[in-house]
Amino acid sequence: MNKERVDQIIDKHNGEASSLIQVLLDIQAENSWLPKEALERVAERLQVPMTRIQHIATFYKAFSLVPKGRHQVHICMGTACHVRGASRVLDTVEGLTGIKPGETDLDLKFSLEIVNCLGCCALGPVMEIDGKTHGKMTPAQTADVLKNYQ
Amino acid sequence: MSRIQSPAELEALREEILSKRDPNKPCITLCSGSACHASGSREVAAKLEEEIEKQGLKEQVDIRKTGCHGFCERGPIIVIRPEEICYFQIKPEDVPEIVSQTIKEKKIIDRLVYTDPAAKEKIIHESEIPFYKNQGRIVFGANISVDPKSIEDYLAIGGYKALAKALTTMSADAVLQEVKKANLRGRGGGGFPAGVKWEGTRNAPGDIKYVIVNADEGDPGAYMDRSLLEGNPHAVLEGLTIGAYAVGAHEGYIYVRQEYPLAVENVNMAIKIATEYGLLGKNILGSGFDFVVKVHRGAGAFVCGESTALMTALEGRAGEPRPKYIRSNVVGLWGRPSVLNNVETWANVPLIINNGADWFTQYGTESSKGTKIFSLVGKITNTGLVEVPMGTPLRDIIYKIGGGIPGGKKFKAVQTGGPSGGCLPEESLDLPVGFDELTAAGSMMGSGGMIVMDEDTCMVDVARYFLEFLTDESCGKCVPCREGMRQMLKLLTNITKGKGKEGDIELLEQLAETAIEAALCALGKSSPNPFLSTLKYFRDEYEAHVKEKRCPALSCKELIAYYIDPAKCNACTTCARKCPSDAIKGGKNLIHIVDQEKCTKCGTCFEVCPPKFRAVTKISGQPVPPPVPEEARTIVRESKQK
Amino acid sequence: MSDILLQIDGKEVKAKQGMTVLEAAKSAGIAIPTLCYHEKLEPFGGCRLCIVEVESRGSTRLVVSCVYPAEKNIIVRTRSEKIDRIRKMILELQMAHAPDAFIFEDLAKEYGADKNRFEKEPSFCIHCGLCVRYCAEVKKKNAIGFVDRGIRKEIAFVPEIAAKECWNCKECFPLCPTEALQAAYVLVEALAFPRASESTK
Repeated sequence: MNKERVDQIIDKHNGEASSLIQVLLDIQAENSWLPKEALERVAERLQVPMTRIQHIATFYKAFSLVPKGRHQVHICMGTACHVRGASRVLDTVEGLTGIKPGETDLDLKFSLEIVNCLGCCALGPVMEIDGKTHGKMTPAQTADVLKNYQ
Repeated sequence: MSRIQSPAELEALREEILSKRDPNKPCITLCSGSACHASGSREVAAKLEEEIEKQGLKEQVDIRKTGCHGFCERGPIIVIRPEEICYFQIKPEDVPEIVSQTIKEKKIIDRLVYTDPAAKEKIIHESEIPFYKNQGRIVFGANISVDPKSIEDYLAIGGYKALAKALTTMSADAVLQEVKKANLRGRGGGGFPAGVKWEGTRNAPGDIKYVIVNADEGDPGAYMDRSLLEGNPHAVLEGLTIGAYAVGAHEGYIYVRQEYPLAVENVNMAIKIATEYGLLGKNILGSGFDFVVKVHRGAGAFVCGESTALMTALEGRAGEPRPKYIRSNVVGLWGRPSVLNNVETWANVPLIINNGADWFTQYGTESSKGTKIFSLVGKITNTGLVEVPMGTPLRDIIYKIGGGIPGGKKFKAVQTGGPSGGCLPEESLDLPVGFDELTAAGSMMGSGGMIVMDEDTCMVDVARYFLEFLTDESCGKCVPCREGMRQMLKLLTNITKGKGKEGDIELLEQLAETAIEAALCALGKSSPNPFLSTLKYFRDEYEAHVKEKRCPALSCKELIAYYIDPAKCNACTTCARKCPSDAIKGGKNLIHIVDQEKCTKCGTCFEVCPPKFRAVTKISGQPVPPPVPEEARTIVRESKQK
Repeated sequence: MSDILLQIDGKEVKAKQGMTVLEAAKSAGIAIPTLCYHEKLEPFGGCRLCIVEVESRGSTRLVVSCVYPAEKNIIVRTRSEKIDRIRKMILELQMAHAPDAFIFEDLAKEYGADKNRFEKEPSFCIHCGLCVRYCAEVKKKNAIGFVDRGIRKEIAFVPEIAAKECWNCKECFPLCPTEALQAAYVLVEALAFPRASESTK
């Protein structure tokens, strides 16, 4: 992400230090990750120490300090989905993609995350890929769903 | 749109809106909450608009995309007014028929109507369906009539009347006293009397005060706040503004999880529109009261639902809680007096001001007044959001409204209060829901998550699950939580894997004491609750895991084995074909055998074995019977013997 | 400003306005164990070792003395069966990470803490936060900070700042109760400092 775009985002929030998290969320949403240069620019303009940005970028789950894959796979591990067998779905997806939650595969195809409750408990267990919800998942169905993503 | 300058102008506008609405004009109400979106309501909406246009009905029929109706198990949901015809699980393919049959010819489409499982009768009208009939939806009910993206629907049902009343006919203190008299207790989990909290802020020194909406709903399985904020954001804004007036705050914040994009979008839109109409901003309704609201998105941390952590996050920092020896309603955001309340708490405020504290206190029990919205999820037939008066027995919620346990399974426990709460067994089903009642039983109300569990749920695993969740979400600042939970999780994980030892349970209890007594915040202090409550009511399961290496619920992977009963196997070959690990040996007319070395316990074979055979079984705590010798594996079919 | 009168372990103590219970106890020569407290730094409230029992207005509860304000007429007890049990547990939990750190020797003896109670995970850092807070509050350089949360929480230097500032400062090193800080610094120096060998000449 280039410096001008980072500056635009900072200006949208009036360059206020208290808007630090909102600024980072906007950069993350557009860029899908937080490059170091962007963080340094934010530290400079918002006048906050790098340690604070470092802490925030790692404390909150929304942020990624490394590039992500083309497809974001989110497995809901909320209580309702858990009770309906979500961990077996997760195990199968881990096996099929070769990665664990928080990781991206070497082809940059899939990034896997577990999320805590998407709020569609009626459809549990739920697997969300690129924002699309796949409900009532069973381990047997996961291979068929993942096959459709290039 | 020019700003509304007085209560009289507000009423005039309301009259104008109502006069343009014909109550007999057909209106198709489509539930458009996030859960129905996940079930495909966006595609249904598009098809509806297309079909209405195509059949030339654009002027004659309204379409209203509302917030969540609550019956999430059966979404997408359409309610056709004025007849109140309710159709469930709509697919885009159903739309042309709905328009031509029901809208044009007033004919009911049977297959889309609700069928009562017990009485086997079809129920057409929304309000007669047991799921809705047995609730008391004073707060949530408005969702079905309101398009959250417009303010007109909210005005049409009487919105902002309470704000006008409070700002122009009541003193700030009178508003506060009314809320105090109503005994509105916080709906976010703490159950602290809102009026008392407000009073503390009102009396605290300082000119700058804040009011904050906690929409960081983090309990897994709970999504009531999301549906309220998505579906009726103006109600929350109205309550917040009234509260700001009562305590003397002129700035408000709404902290919403960024994982709720529709709620973020709808509340931002509502703020923009309300400001245009003069219901937010300077000199609201000509009363001289100024109030602005900012939306702050959370970035993915459950701990930020804790009030001091939330305020720290609002200040643009990592959400680590602060020690609460001086309450945040006196020293809060930026060190200033701040009232933080949950979304549902704020949504109750306009009702209290419009109808009075006495009206409100007619609902509920002695110490828990009003209603509560619960998210009824898990092993339950009617998954969804339900609102009931406090004091309603758990049994009624689970059976009368929830429709009981699906699949003929037996009820085992109901978990309330999220990761800070506990599990209640069958013996507790007659307990009336209320703050103190649930706490006394070893659980708590929490934000309203109600997760039903059946005989297949392992309670030790439930405790482990919550501890894993909390360990991941802990901020890590204090030792009892960070280190205590680290060790508790290890112990519980080992127990579920059959590695539990004598003395483990006692060590867990000691770690629990350390967390409860010495942790910095409520997350740490309540983290042992799921373990303690499951130990209290299901101690036998813990002992089975530790002493016998057996999981009574047949759930813990390392303690179960999948075994195909040779007497029942019919060699349909389904399991062998579907097994992702190639762990089933078999073939046509051959009894299938699970290779225990290769089996990953995914459960697929158990799922796909046809119900008429039910040959795949789970065993625990005993050795797997040796496989049938090869010579004896051929199935002799009766027909061949004839 | 008038003094605040409170009772600690049966002794009448006079505290000044704004003092915490810990500071009041110190001024009266009463020892309360701490790990994350430092007189030059804002109280952190992380280790919880300094918990004490406070009786006020008819109710008793456990509070951390480094943060809790000294109030008039409160009765404070710095030792009890429960307090000792909890301190023992906190020490044992910490010793799983830094079993041989000098700071635990006397405390472990006093409270009967067993360094082998929990399986060891020798990360050495006990999250007292002294280094981070010292650099932020006293030196105002912010060369080192916390990253992540929960059991994944760690201390991390900002390489660009550390390369410039740390070699000539190192004032945080003696504050570290274990060897974590020095180890973290050496690692960062080796991996990330631009031409470190020249900057140290």
